Amino acid sequence: MTSPAVTLAPVPQEHYLNVDYGVRSWLLTTDHKRVGLLYLIGITGAFFLGGFFAVLIRLELLTPQGDLVQAETYNKLFTMHGVIMVFFFLIPSIPAVLGNFMLPLMIGARDVAFPRLNLLSWYLYMAGAIFVSTVVVTGGVDTGWTFYTPYSTMSSTSHVIPTALGIFIVGFSSILTGLNFIVTIHRMRAPGLTWFRLPLFVWSLYATSLIQVLGTPVLSIVILLLGVERLLHVGIFDPALGGDPVLFQHLFWFYSHPAVYIMILPGMGVISELVTCFARKNIFGYRFVAFSSLGIAVLGFLVWGHHMFVAGQSVYAAMVFSLLSYLVAIPSAIKVFNWTATLHRGSISYQTPMLYVFGFIGLFTIGGLTGLFLACIGLDIHVTDTYFVVAHFHYIMVGGMVMAYLGGIHYWWPKITGRLYPEGISKLAALTIFLGFNLTFFPQFILGYLGMPRRYHVYPDEFQVLNVMSTAGASILGIGYLLPMIYLVWSLWYGEVAGPNPWRATGLEWQTPSPPPRDNFTTTPIVTTGPYEYSRPRGEHG
Amino acid sequence: MADHAAAVAHQFDDAEQQREAATLGMWIFLATEVMLFGGMLTAYTVYRFLYARGFAEGSRQLDLWLGSINTVVLITSSLTMAIGVHGAQVGRRRLLVTSLLLTILLGVTFLSIKGVEYAHKFEEGLVPGVDFTYTGPEAPHVALFILLYFMLTGVHALHMVIGIGAVSVVAYLGWRGRFGPAYHTPVELVGLYWHFVDIVWIFLLPLLYLLRH
Repeated sequence: MTSPAVTLAPVPQEHYLNVDYGVRSWLLTTDHKRVGLLYLIGITGAFFLGGFFAVLIRLELLTPQGDLVQAETYNKLFTMHGVIMVFFFLIPSIPAVLGNFMLPLMIGARDVAFPRLNLLSWYLYMAGAIFVSTVVVTGGVDTGWTFYTPYSTMSSTSHVIPTALGIFIVGFSSILTGLNFIVTIHRMRAPGLTWFRLPLFVWSLYATSLIQVLGTPVLSIVILLLGVERLLHVGIFDPALGGDPVLFQHLFWFYSHPAVYIMILPGMGVISELVTCFARKNIFGYRFVAFSSLGIAVLGFLVWGHHMFVAGQSVYAAMVFSLLSYLVAIPSAIKVFNWTATLHRGSISYQTPMLYVFGFIGLFTIGGLTGLFLACIGLDIHVTDTYFVVAHFHYIMVGGMVMAYLGGIHYWWPKITGRLYPEGISKLAALTIFLGFNLTFFPQFILGYLGMPRRYHVYPDEFQVLNVMSTAGASILGIGYLLPMIYLVWSLWYGEVAGPNPWRATGLEWQTPSPPPRDNFTTTPIVTTGPYEYSRPRGEHG
Repeated sequence: MADHAAAVAHQFDDAEQQREAATLGMWIFLATEVMLFGGMLTAYTVYRFLYARGFAEGSRQLDLWLGSINTVVLITSSLTMAIGVHGAQVGRRRLLVTSLLLTILLGVTFLSIKGVEYAHKFEEGLVPGVDFTYTGPEAPHVALFILLYFMLTGVHALHMVIGIGAVSVVAYLGWRGRFGPAYHTPVELVGLYWHFVDIVWIFLLPLLYLLRH
């Protein structure tokens, strides 16, 4: 991608990790790479805490009776699982960890546009996380992650306010990251790096950031209104006092549906990087893939009403929202078709990141197609609030985003740490995760279609076989997630030294040593070609 | 003016790039602010549509005189802010500092008048959730209106407080001679923010005070 093919030492003398030491040098860092790692630590903690609640949910559902926990406790389990996974893992996961670390490297910049704001966003994330962790320890919250009124403002006796405050704070972290990324992409690109030479991961981060800055403030304000109603017992959303609970749902989903795309767009960007590298091919239809990210971001703002087909909105509104929801399938399908076309006649190698790509494409397709079931008003009424919905969004969130996140972590691990992960066991882990995931969530499609409602801790006996399968799958999935945790930490000391470009990839981030120096590049790269020039003879790229 | 080349942060190539990045950042921040107020204004619009009579009755509880005086105060403050930015651009330090001090004074005046209005509401028992003694067939909807009034003007006042703090910092730096034709981005950005907060009020005045019938 760049012109000078500099010979780079396998491990540079001085890099961002050893430039200075000590807790202070980390907690006051403005280096985007260190902020990315700080996020990695926070987010990994959130993932395993949220996962812990998932384990308890699946254990309770092993039997039809409520024998492990009572109904009230179960409500808190799925609420805490949802709140932590959505706001503290999925939304920040790829943007704040991989995006923070890779974005400046991929565009040939020394840092993001506002490094101190970047660090502030991490502190806000941690402050929000502390509020929610305090809630976890002191008794939890039971409203569901959606905080529907008037239950959340008038009836619930659990810790609604501290949780809402935590989400309010972490929202500002998300806004700051988005703002920083947009300005960085506009103003910090290396000479010659035009918009259509940007890696597709950067395009997807740009689209994500637009949603973050335009959607999150609405969530902030709806949380504020909710807090005021709960504290002062006034009727903003309470029908008994003249308020309208459906208005809460409109405002909540105006953010929270686009937020679903915050949770998947960055994953799609990662897949575009991985699929080109491991198929050794230019992406098929670059502009279509780039613009489909923007298309998803724009359409994503117009479909929130499909969460309220049974909530009493007008039939005409529901029909329009249904139609627009179908339209989102188009840019999503463009991506899937283009990835598939990129694979066609490529020199595919089956390294671990590529296994996650295959996992992503397959599972995202199932998740996306079942989304069309739910966009269809008549069918949605049948499966609303059943396990069909649960399975659908887990196929997108876990089968899609978490797969992409892990694929990206493996792909860029050598760049981040300078070490390679062990190949054999990581393939085993990827396979375990894929099998465990499908065993967990595919039975839930059937359960939902048969009518098992979500958010209950007991169920009729005839659903037990499928629930046992799901719990068994979750156990396998849990082991699959623990494996990378172990071998990635192991590789920090014992992993093979990676060198600057172990995948012979073309992105700018690979044209600098691993780990990169404090200022990313010794000389600012000058870009003369597109991001995926795998078709050029070897040696022409660095 | 002092040479400000040294003030370019390490991630930028030159002062021009730094200025462009900061300005774009501010505009995006203002876009988030539009969405923040937009959420509340949506709630207002929905309820105004549903409960037109109650909301008109609620509007009549507000003091149109104080609201109008405050509008004049705030528009004047935008003028002094604009003069201050001009002072920074042409390197006239006294003009810059004097205008910014006037802006602060007008901002404090606005908040004081707002405080008087709030105090009246407490005296009249027109504070939903705390002390609400208003009676009549439309009472619940009047309460909803007054509540949205407090939320909208409260969040706006919070922005005024932050704005006054930011103008103070810029005024102090200007007094120290930090700004001139070569470097005045912070003054411009604080100016943008101030004008934005002003414009929000321009929307709040008709929605809250003028739709009385």
